[in-house]
Amino acid sequence: MAELLAVSGVTKRFGGIAASDGVDLTVASGECHALIGPNGAGKTTLISQVSGELKPDAGRIVFLGRDITREPAPKRSRAGLARSFQVTCLIPSFTALENATLAIQAKQGHSFSFWRDARNDARLIGPAMAALSRVGLDARAGVPVGALAHGEQRALEIALALALEPRLLLLDEPMAGMGPADASRMIALLESLKGSVAMLLVEHDMDAVFRLADRISVLVYGKVIASGSPDQVRADAEVRRAYLGEAA
Amino acid sequence: MRSPVISRARIATVLLFALLALVPVYSTLFSAPFYLTLFARVMIFALAAVSLDLVLGFGGLVSFGHAAYLGVGAYAVGILAYHGVDSVFVLWGAAILASALVALFIGAISLRTSGMYFIMITLAFAQMLFYLAVSLKAYGGDDGLPIAKRGTLGPFDLKSDVQLYYLILIALGLALYLGHRIVGSRFGRVLEGAKWNERRAVALGLAPYRYRLVAFVISGTVCGLAGALLATLTNFVSPSYMAWTRSGEIIVMVVLGGMATLTGPVIGAVVLLVLEEVLATLTIHWMLILGPILVLVVLFARRGLWGWIAGRHG
Amino acid sequence: MDPLLLLVQALNGLQLGVMLFLLAAGLTLVFGIMNLVNLAHGSLYMVGAYFMAAFQAWTGSFVLALLLAVPATLLVGVAVELIVLRRLYDRDHLDQVLGTFGLILFFNELVRVIWGPAALFVSMPQALSGTVVLLPGAPYPVYRLVIIGVGLAVAAFLSWLVTRTRTGMLIRAGASNPTMVAALGVDIRLLFTLVFGLGAALAGLAGAMAAPLLSVEAAMGDGVLILTFVVIVIGGIGSIRGAFVAAVLVGIVDTVGRAFLPILLREIFNRQVANAAGPALASMLIYVLMAAILVFRPRGLFGAKG
Repeated sequence: MAELLAVSGVTKRFGGIAASDGVDLTVASGECHALIGPNGAGKTTLISQVSGELKPDAGRIVFLGRDITREPAPKRSRAGLARSFQVTCLIPSFTALENATLAIQAKQGHSFSFWRDARNDARLIGPAMAALSRVGLDARAGVPVGALAHGEQRALEIALALALEPRLLLLDEPMAGMGPADASRMIALLESLKGSVAMLLVEHDMDAVFRLADRISVLVYGKVIASGSPDQVRADAEVRRAYLGEAA
Repeated sequence: MRSPVISRARIATVLLFALLALVPVYSTLFSAPFYLTLFARVMIFALAAVSLDLVLGFGGLVSFGHAAYLGVGAYAVGILAYHGVDSVFVLWGAAILASALVALFIGAISLRTSGMYFIMITLAFAQMLFYLAVSLKAYGGDDGLPIAKRGTLGPFDLKSDVQLYYLILIALGLALYLGHRIVGSRFGRVLEGAKWNERRAVALGLAPYRYRLVAFVISGTVCGLAGALLATLTNFVSPSYMAWTRSGEIIVMVVLGGMATLTGPVIGAVVLLVLEEVLATLTIHWMLILGPILVLVVLFARRGLWGWIAGRHG
Repeated sequence: MDPLLLLVQALNGLQLGVMLFLLAAGLTLVFGIMNLVNLAHGSLYMVGAYFMAAFQAWTGSFVLALLLAVPATLLVGVAVELIVLRRLYDRDHLDQVLGTFGLILFFNELVRVIWGPAALFVSMPQALSGTVVLLPGAPYPVYRLVIIGVGLAVAAFLSWLVTRTRTGMLIRAGASNPTMVAALGVDIRLLFTLVFGLGAALAGLAGAMAAPLLSVEAAMGDGVLILTFVVIVIGGIGSIRGAFVAAVLVGIVDTVGRAFLPILLREIFNRQVANAAGPALASMLIYVLMAAILVFRPRGLFGAKG
């Protein structure tokens, strides 16, 4: 499998605390790599460094063979890195369709077009509706985000990321705050994406992680303490001790 | 979602422009040239308010220094006229170019900041230009600079107040139309999206800075044109065009009329300036009344007058 | 450059600086804690100056007038907070700018209605009207030294209040997490009113002390308001320490710049150019300083809040 993302030696400190402490991590093309660990282990910090919202203090991030460590977030996004947020991050006053349309605009290049009405542009509406229907939101296209249910908002997050047709999806707790019905819908959705797009998945729901992941890395206090196939990680004594809280 | 073809907003806009178009008729019939000048001035400030709405309403960028572009446009006309240029085409062209360049410079620096700091840095730049104008002793300094005469522009002879009035009306109409096209375009959608959720825009790969800068330049340019019109109308330019209270007034017009509505700021300009005139005829202490009115508007009429005129989906 | 003149101008700058600090301290606290952009802060300065003039005319005593003007301004500030401003705390900055802009118009006109359109004058007490010789050849007005002293004393008091007292602790906690402070059983609205009153009293003190140095007239707060905003933006919004450093910086840059920039320019350019450009550049100097600082530190020198 070709290597898509390679994180090496990434370190990020906030005050005296190392949120990332020399993290090494790779994601291969088409692979779902899950990142687990207790609260405060530095999972979101790591995602944010890959997406470009935070800049690491040390280390390198290589994506598609290119060093992107110092590149700004929008540029990384255009290169094929799309993220969904742990806390829903949508444009609240826009409808679901308008949110998706903005993602399609981003995908289609620059938006320095000042005259044609974007709200009736078939070249935008078509792909935006397609992105919504991939996550089952096509019937809710005209609903403002504020009026969508929580599960629908989470699905829209994924739709926006998918609309960018990324090579790698950075998913920060896509199931956060979901009830069981919504969660199983989300797992089914992510399962359907497996193979077509690589994923770096942060998730607390262990059922989801073990169903989706090809590989799992365990992050504790900013350090990767174990990495391997789901079975290997399940069996790893250090993981059980540090993370699952069991006496080995 | 398309609004109905004949919405309240559309009726109100047509009505507004019809009334503005009738002002010269009224002022001629009843020999009241005062109204002609008043409403010409109102429309010029409406133009400035519409330009501010593009960045303030749609971009979420509270520029507290928009009077600067008014001043730059006006001084471009005043200074060139002082040196004998009498082609209106050249005068206004220079005003547009100068204000665009100034907006590009100020925007490029100011947009690196946000929130309160953005408010203050735009104000600071406007103050710099204000003091620059005060110090231009060759061009009147504090006292300002009179402009000797008005020229012609194509079929329009600007020596006629009525023709100048209609030219201003056309400029305002064009600016509104242009504004509506822009806010509905791909560019406008990015601008508005980044206003509501910058983090999301960045995550989608849309770097807001460049879009905001372009919007800032468009806005400053239109405001500069308003300044050129103001100089032409009053035959005079003065540093007071750039006073910080003037920037405040333009913000008042936008918020009073309704942010992110484009037509609202026109209503805001009409209401504010006419209210000032009316109150001034009642008492010399009219600001004692206007001040609390503004406070009440902020406290109780949050969507602005346009929201009330045009209904929910105005 | 004459070193004695430089000393005198630096002291003048320091005097302007501490004056600006009195205004900036209140404004930056109100912004930092209540998240309120208060354009009407300059109006409180003006009101303080008018009270000073009125009370001096009434009592004939400078000290008595000062002792009355400061609490009177505090009361006006508290009234404004209770009637209008507390309704604006939850609003965005734009609504606050607009509402307090309305208050400026109101107060500027109100003082004209009450005290008439003509400027009023305040005389300084006999004992403070002389000069002292700081260095041979450099006499300096006593009154300005007193202002500097009062300003530094207030700065020390505020520093003690904010870092060493229970109230100060609440103020700092209220700034970073108002909900938490409210949850701990502190009456946050009362705290806000007190902080606003403190800011108003300091603005009134600045206005009252400045009154003998300038003419007391409507809109006298507008220009100083802009200077104060420059100070708190340079210092970093919400930071008392930043306000102090920036106030002194702005005061000295402005005063010394006005005095020496034209002279400096005359050595580089011909006299005509220097005379034309000097005063302009001098009055632009602090805005250039602010823009330059914000380019490199978009949140000011000591600021964390946007």
